Amino acid sequence: MARPAVLRKPLGFVGRYEHKPGAEKNRTHYCPGCGHGILHKLIAEALEDFEITDRAIMISPVGCSVFAYYYFNAGNLQVPHGRAPAVATAVSRANPHAVVMSYQGDGDLAAIGGNHIVQAANRGENIAVFFVNNAIYGMTGGQMAPTTIEGMKTTTTPYGRNPLTDGYPMKISELLDSLHAPVFIARTSLHDPANIRKTRAAVRKAIQYTIEKKGFSLVEVLSMCPSNWKMDAVSSQEWIRDVLIPVFPLGTLRDRGSEAVEMKRPVPTFDPAKVREVLGVGGGKQKALARRRVDPKYADPSIRIAGFGGQGILSAGTAIANVGLEYGYNVSWLPSYGPEMRGGTANCSVKIREGSIGEPEATQPTVVIAMNRPSMEKFEQILKPGGTLIYNSTLIEVEPGRKDVETWAVPITGIADGLGNTKVQSMVAVGAFAGVTGLFGLDDIKGLLPAMFESEAMVLLNEKAVEAGYDYVTGMRR
Amino acid sequence: MGEDRRYPFCEIDQEECKGCGLCVASCPAKVLEIDQGKLNSKGFHPSSYKGQGCLGCGNCFYTCPEPGAVTVYLKGYVPEEVK
Ligand SMILES: Cc1ncc(C[n+]2csc(CCOP(=O)(O)OP(=O)(O)O)c2C)c(N)n1
Ligand code: SF4
Ligand code: SF4
Ligand code: SF4
Repeated sequence: MARPAVLRKPLGFVGRYEHKPGAEKNRTHYCPGCGHGILHKLIAEALEDFEITDRAIMISPVGCSVFAYYYFNAGNLQVPHGRAPAVATAVSRANPHAVVMSYQGDGDLAAIGGNHIVQAANRGENIAVFFVNNAIYGMTGGQMAPTTIEGMKTTTTPYGRNPLTDGYPMKISELLDSLHAPVFIARTSLHDPANIRKTRAAVRKAIQYTIEKKGFSLVEVLSMCPSNWKMDAVSSQEWIRDVLIPVFPLGTLRDRGSEAVEMKRPVPTFDPAKVREVLGVGGGKQKALARRRVDPKYADPSIRIAGFGGQGILSAGTAIANVGLEYGYNVSWLPSYGPEMRGGTANCSVKIREGSIGEPEATQPTVVIAMNRPSMEKFEQILKPGGTLIYNSTLIEVEPGRKDVETWAVPITGIADGLGNTKVQSMVAVGAFAGVTGLFGLDDIKGLLPAMFESEAMVLLNEKAVEAGYDYVTGMRR
Repeated sequence: MGEDRRYPFCEIDQEECKGCGLCVASCPAKVLEIDQGKLNSKGFHPSSYKGQGCLGCGNCFYTCPEPGAVTVYLKGYVPEEVK
């Protein structure tokens, strides 16, 4: 498509920045003179010219460009600090037709994400990486980055970066150029119009190679950060020219685009039977167990299981999720790694659904299994009205506070002790869950145990545990 | 205002402009300047085009970090209403 005889805001940007909070939908959040905006424009122009806005995916980092997704007319993902290459890998592997771009600052890419970028480059992922080198952490207020040059003052190197204590400026392009796989690596700069045009050419080449599935491209762009360099925008350009470029020489380090052929990775396969086999669930058999008729009040449960670390909380959760899977339900299992883990308590969320599962965390559970008192006191609060609370009456001597829920006092630890092994309390809890909800049949669970435990003795013991929990609650019901 | 324009022409959206001055420094024809007499709603002195002398080189467009602040109508541009 011939471009009209006008240079205007490229269509690779959205018209108004609707995702940007506040009233100001027409200006970026960047400081005056910041290089990010220039690079954004070059990328947006390429998205328009190559007509790929419907299949381009921009991975935004953490750093000043964390909000790149406000601006690009593309698929957008914003990911944890330094992890853009990992997410870009996943997106590009899952959807080889997507044109995946990773946009990263020097703190993001070279410090916290240093290993990610090296591994992605080494695997030759089919992605275009735009690496903004402004020699500093911008967003957090001017700390030293791996790329900070010798003698440069930052908030964390107030006397200037000293290689004896802080190491030397890291030359990422040179470092990656030692790898076999990358196709294109270039360092460019935004310090004057001629170099901005060279950056433009490099950006387009990287995107072109990604479209052609040639593999990994990286464009390192020396970019102004007037705010943290404490200079005006024009002086920042001069500082790049006079001070940064001697440390980070410009040029194309590698361009193997003409030799590189379209990369054809083995097509990923999803074989549920193989997955089951590898995970050791269901012994590789494919047929789901026959669904049981479930009282609507127990159907599609959101479950929270909580107790001391060591009570088998997480394994009770995986067992319930695995059994749910065997019935052909959609399931999720999410352990909590909150600070409370260190205090010796653990909890997990399990969801079992006929339909699809959105959020895996059971923020408003319909079933709570509380194995100790602090857990009951904490999680009965969020139990849905009319929900079900199964609590370990061996260790919890108080009555539950909630009166608008169904409560089941089950001496879970005591039952396990009676079987000669406190460790099986998690399977007692699973049995109690099955007995209360009717979601799983006792024989069905027993049939799955051989795939869950290695030794025959453990299978037998856990069979007894499940049965004891199950029988206890069904006995209460009678 | 379209009628008396001579193309090439550089149009600055003064509300979008952040007054960084990069376009001014990039212009070989020296036809851009920061308008010290004006403040936009964000408190920036915006750039402005002197109205003539633009060469249509595109330097200001590529140098400006604000996506929509600069539009350059190149030589040969035909405005909509004339088409
Ligand atoms: C896991 C994690 N660690 C640290 C931070 C704090 N943090 C936010 S931005 C940033 C550095 C960003 O610098 P850079 O990647 O150079 O981008 P710039 O802001 O200069 O564009 C850091 C350390 C964070 N958000 N997350
Ligand atoms: S702090 Fe630096 S990198 Fe961040 S927006 Fe401002 S000028 Fe740009
Ligand atoms: S297009 Fe070139 S000559 Fe015209 S105003 Fe912009 S920089 Fe100056
Ligand atoms: S470069 Fe853009 S933001 Fe900066 S002064 Fe010129 S028009 Fe304004």
